[in-house]
Amino acid sequence: MLKPAQTRGPEDLPAASLTAVKGRKVRTAVRGDQTFRWLTFFCSLLVPLVMLAIGLELLLSSWPAVKQFGWGFFFSQEWNPVLQEFGAASSIFGTLVSTLIAMFIAVPLSLAIALFLVELAPPRVSRTVGTLIELLAAVPSIIYGMWGLFVFAPFMARYVQPVLGETLGFLPLFQGPPLGIGMLTAGIILAFMVLPFISAITRDVFQLVPPVVKESAFGMGATTWEVTYKVTIPYGLVGIIGAVFLGLGRALGETMAVTFVIGNAHRISASLFAPGNTIASTLANEFSEATEPLYVSSLVALGLVLYLITYLVQVVSQMMLRRMYRAWSVGL
Amino acid sequence: MRKIWYLSVAALSLLVLVNLGQAQSLSLNGAGASFPYPVYSQWAHKYHELTGVKINYQSIGSGGGIAQIKAKTVDFGGTDEPLKPEDLAKSGLVQFPTVMGGVVPVLNVPGLESGKLKLDGSTLAAIFMGKINKWDDAAIKKLNPDLKLPSQAITVAHRTDGSGTTFIFTSYLAAVSPEFKEKVGAGKAVKWPAANSIGGKGNEGVAGQVKAVSGAIGYVEYAYAFQNKIPFAVLKNQAGKYVKPSIDTFQAAAANADWTKAPKGFSLMLNNQPGEQSWPIVGATYIMAYKDYPDANKGKAILKFFAWAYKHGADMAKNLHYVPLPDNVIKLVEAEWAKEVKSGGKPLWP
Repeated sequence: MLKPAQTRGPEDLPAASLTAVKGRKVRTAVRGDQTFRWLTFFCSLLVPLVMLAIGLELLLSSWPAVKQFGWGFFFSQEWNPVLQEFGAASSIFGTLVSTLIAMFIAVPLSLAIALFLVELAPPRVSRTVGTLIELLAAVPSIIYGMWGLFVFAPFMARYVQPVLGETLGFLPLFQGPPLGIGMLTAGIILAFMVLPFISAITRDVFQLVPPVVKESAFGMGATTWEVTYKVTIPYGLVGIIGAVFLGLGRALGETMAVTFVIGNAHRISASLFAPGNTIASTLANEFSEATEPLYVSSLVALGLVLYLITYLVQVVSQMMLRRMYRAWSVGL
Repeated sequence: MRKIWYLSVAALSLLVLVNLGQAQSLSLNGAGASFPYPVYSQWAHKYHELTGVKINYQSIGSGGGIAQIKAKTVDFGGTDEPLKPEDLAKSGLVQFPTVMGGVVPVLNVPGLESGKLKLDGSTLAAIFMGKINKWDDAAIKKLNPDLKLPSQAITVAHRTDGSGTTFIFTSYLAAVSPEFKEKVGAGKAVKWPAANSIGGKGNEGVAGQVKAVSGAIGYVEYAYAFQNKIPFAVLKNQAGKYVKPSIDTFQAAAANADWTKAPKGFSLMLNNQPGEQSWPIVGATYIMAYKDYPDANKGKAILKFFAWAYKHGADMAKNLHYVPLPDNVIKLVEAEWAKEVKSGGKPLWP
């Protein structure tokens, strides 16, 4: 697939240009084309090569940990540097749960924002808010983290979590002391961080819906809600799913902001108020001072797990997109 | 084409010339623990002004420092957790302390002012194990009969990155509580058993979490507690006296320790030293150097730099809230250099 196609020889050139330029010029032009082709080919080859190298290195360096702990590594909650016992379960759990919370909040919110900006808002408001959302995407993650720890976490502890505990406290999800720091706060901060990505792309996708299609729906007497629900969203669905997966990818790997607010405890708790950790936060926290070979290897194995999860997400998203494209785009 | 060729030759020769010029002034590379980085970089800066010798210290963490010096990519390494004598012998390294620091329990309890809460070692260990989980627990009340303690859950804040601070703190808890020693142990990173515990990255992370969470107790380097004005607890020392954390009480602990009995590499625990003034949680940070330097100039320059820092760097260290080494320890270290650090069989010190 990567093999470059055969370069066109001079005989393929239109007759008119052959008579216009002399033979030598044609040849250099062809040689230039060929060089350019190979150059771009090697440039694009660089990406799969780097991917492969990263994967191999992760596999090799994590081998001691995998050999020592076997499959138990993925299911054990134990993380004890003193006794040199390591398990990835709490980190994997935390990665998935914090991402899930983030997507649960960010996806409906971004859809609403994008719809408002495209369909309902006056142009001036739409432009201003749109720019602000793009600015939100440019805020470095460490800023989210510090704001999360010093402003948002105390706010959660004082106002949000006590209320949640009183009203929904019968669910194990909302039990425990309101620390402010923990899985829920991390998920909400993550939602803030992926929201600009999803809503900006979704807005662009909605803008691409041809006005003719919408106008004909309006012409048939459809309400704004019906046009949105039956025309705009289905038309842009492929793009929306793409945007969601882009946000998902970012949420899975987000490090700094999560490290600040998640509480960094190697524990699986039913409560969303409880501190937890993610793969990325564990790596950020522990890599620089890990001395024992098995400790380092276990951390690399965590990295491998994250690599596989993000890879899996990409593959699934590609498959879903292709299937949806076939199912939905016909006729529109 | 030819022009480019001439130009590149000229540029190359210029580069070589510049390099030759620089080779005149010596430059030493070190890497390791981040805890002493502020004082090392200040010493290096001053030393460069005085002598022209350039010392680059990268604070990449103790783990990185040990790995780098074993891989022979740096001229010296820094670590907070001292290497064991047999490990030093195996890798052909010498190790000596540079400065010390105290670790301080900090807290955020509504209505409790700094320096008011009194704790002893076993109570502190029980709190960090999660066995005491309310601020008005009988054990805490007993030590503080005249304080009004709230009936609030205790949240334990600890370091999540491996750190010398954790090593010093857990070593102390393990020394005073057999149960802590058995269930948790001492190390740069441990498994914290308290159900209600949160972790922060770095001293600033723990300090931030203690500030953000009401009812939290954590441990940080003294400098962070001092600079951020976080309320601290006073601790009962081995002599049975309650002491406040300060440079003076840290120095008292270091002076009362018996350094002559330290194993090779000076890996002496300074926790829980005798003396009425001794703060009980104190530790040193260490430099690792090679026993044999292929380049005698480099080896000599490193020892000269640290000798200068011992002699003239004490005030700089104190300003940054580190504790300089007592004179008797400096003599021991220099005697160790004279005996161990060589180049081609010839001693480099003095």
